[in-house]
Amino acid sequence: MNEYINIKNNQAIPLSSIPVLDYEKFMLINVDFLKDSAFHCVNYFGRVEDDNLRLCCCMANDKNATISVSSCVLSKFRELMLPSFSAQHFSFHIFEREIHENFGLKYSDHPWLKPVRYPFNGANKNSVIENYPFYRIDSEQLHEVGVGPIHAGIIEPGHFRFICNGEQILHLEIQLGYQHRGVENLFLQKKNLLQRNILAESIAGDTVVGHNTAFSNLWEGLCGFSAGNDLKLARTVALEMERTGIHTGDLSAICTDVAYQLGSSVFGRLRTPIINAMQVWCGNRLSKGLIRAFRNQYPLTRELADYLLNVLATYEPDFTEMYNRMKNLPSVLARLEKTGVVTSEQASSIGAVGMSARMCGIPRDIRASHPHDLYASFHHEPVLKHHGDVYSRTQVRKSEIMQSMAYIRNLLTNLPEVETREFSQTPETNAFIISLVEGWRGEICHCAMTDSSGELSLYKIKDPSMHNWLALALAVRNNEISDFPICNKSFNLSYCGHDL
Amino acid sequence: MTSSLSLILIFISSLFFSGIVVRTKSIFSGRKGPGVFQPIKDILRLFKKGAVYSETSSFIFQIAPSIYFASIIMAILFIPFGNMPGLISFKGDFVFFAYALALGKFFMIIGAMDTGSSFEGMGAAREALYSMLVEPAFFILMGSLALFTGHTSFADIFASLHFGSHISYAIGVLATFVFIIIAMVENSRMPVDDPKTHLELTMIHEVMILDNSGFDLGLIMHAVNLKFAMYGAIIANFFLTPGYEWYFSIPIFIGAQVLFAIIVGTIESFEARFRMSHNSQFIFMLTSISLLIFLGVLLMLGKIV
Repeated sequence: MNEYINIKNNQAIPLSSIPVLDYEKFMLINVDFLKDSAFHCVNYFGRVEDDNLRLCCCMANDKNATISVSSCVLSKFRELMLPSFSAQHFSFHIFEREIHENFGLKYSDHPWLKPVRYPFNGANKNSVIENYPFYRIDSEQLHEVGVGPIHAGIIEPGHFRFICNGEQILHLEIQLGYQHRGVENLFLQKKNLLQRNILAESIAGDTVVGHNTAFSNLWEGLCGFSAGNDLKLARTVALEMERTGIHTGDLSAICTDVAYQLGSSVFGRLRTPIINAMQVWCGNRLSKGLIRAFRNQYPLTRELADYLLNVLATYEPDFTEMYNRMKNLPSVLARLEKTGVVTSEQASSIGAVGMSARMCGIPRDIRASHPHDLYASFHHEPVLKHHGDVYSRTQVRKSEIMQSMAYIRNLLTNLPEVETREFSQTPETNAFIISLVEGWRGEICHCAMTDSSGELSLYKIKDPSMHNWLALALAVRNNEISDFPICNKSFNLSYCGHDL
Repeated sequence: MTSSLSLILIFISSLFFSGIVVRTKSIFSGRKGPGVFQPIKDILRLFKKGAVYSETSSFIFQIAPSIYFASIIMAILFIPFGNMPGLISFKGDFVFFAYALALGKFFMIIGAMDTGSSFEGMGAAREALYSMLVEPAFFILMGSLALFTGHTSFADIFASLHFGSHISYAIGVLATFVFIIIAMVENSRMPVDDPKTHLELTMIHEVMILDNSGFDLGLIMHAVNLKFAMYGAIIANFFLTPGYEWYFSIPIFIGAQVLFAIIVGTIESFEARFRMSHNSQFIFMLTSISLLIFLGVLLMLGKIV
């Protein structure tokens, strides 16, 4: 009997083909996968079926573009006390915390079993946002600084609890969950495809294209629809435009946080033409309404493509000039270099994805390892930096912007014919599918299961922030507390993407 | 009448000083920017409002802004204008000047601690540290000037300060530089502090006044303007050679203030601020420059060599 089944990105398989193992075996093989650095855990979730808990673990193999899925069914799971995956490899911690929170599955040796997002139907009704068990150090010399959940800027809520020795941060604990909206449940309740598309756009307001592409690819995969090249082109170009726009905005924010006014205003100004181009394309600066399953709402015409190319042509010289000026300014470099270092070991132990992995030399990029849409048609080389500090994250952004612009130019040289393909709205019954997309922040993973009537019975979303918040907490250790904002900005993680 | 001239001029410059800084920064970042009187209009708006006090804070928090403001007015009274002494002038008044300012700062610090907020305690600690580091630079500089001129009051020092030799020019330039940086540190401007930031964790001065509102906040904000104009006046005094008529010296004074504001705006436009831990190093540099001035004075007086 197989211990796991290998599937491709966006490939629907029958639920029955996922091997069911006993817990010891299930844990052994999944932890063993991680001994090979090509593997990482993309999703690990639970679902209650007839009073049994089915755990399902998806491990992505970056070398051969497969995802190894295995599962385990636990009966009378509420009374069980199990050894945790996290004790073996810490990258499972957030998934096990979620399972514990939702279903009350107890772990005997989980190192950090804290609430994630306080769902209203969670297992432990006493676990509320007010009584989060913060880590404490009893000492006369140390002091605690609590920041949030109301943010000084206008971004989202989250509470940060620092334990400091004077100006130096010893420990940071990040408490999220304030934004929990029950998005995964809403996916099951809203039966209309348009509603689901709009829901996917609202998972994280800064990753509209990313999450919506993940959902659309997943839904098309479930319905056995294969997208035409024009549809794939629109999604690929939109993803790269979103990456360019957000990265530019982040560079501006990084400059703001080190009080470098010139960079802050010039990068801020440069972001505008990019997002305005999205408005010209689809009528919304955040690309809402651009991506829809089965349909190419706003096909790229030659005229539109030339407009986009023109926007990039005027953007690039200004961007390069500003970036060069910034990277040659000692006072800026003094703030960015060696600030907020995450080592490669730390990043792989917490399972960091996307930019947060690539800034310290881990080549984790769905565009290269599990290509979707048009990424399969060209060779994508992930941008890698090695120091893991704020400056590396800045450099990754810059290089990715340049790369994105090159891709957009290439993709827009030959526009495919707009084709309308037949599609059926009936998803496969009793199926499982996983959809991975490399958003600007990193790997977005959507998983779905359907029941015997073809209705969604499970929808799991994993934003890259799920893994990466911990990277921020590690990055600021032993740094000055006044460097926290710049570290935070250099990761720019999503609150609502984590809280769902 | 003539002795209140510096008070009047400092008050006038305080009205447009931060406006010019903001305007300079706006122009350098490619924006038009608000008018030069916008900051003062904001302060007038605040003066019309009532203040909100937290239930956990005591009367210290309520009196701190007024004492801070009063201490700065007090300090300004000592500032001469060319060879015209300020309203108050006595031997050794620059020591009183420094500690009148320190008293105001002390009240701001305990006022911030009074709120019990962890942010404000942090800001208070930073403010206390940097003010303490600035102090030696100020006293070595003023002490050297006192030694140089043989007088110990602001008015006499500036009235008898005259530049003759190359070394004295060097001293003038260095002293101006030290005062500019002292003014930047004391007013929590770049590169030591970033007055525009919205991030409490990186603030120094701004984080201390998070709980102040309305009239109190207006007082504090205008105190900062006055303080800037006051340091600008001290710097201008280096260039007001005694004996000039008022129609020369007043434009020189205003010109020096405007130039000072533009310098501040320019530094803030093209530099990033320092990492917090580099600030102490930077402020210590002032002390070493003051020591250079001291050495120059000794050379000129023939006490060494």
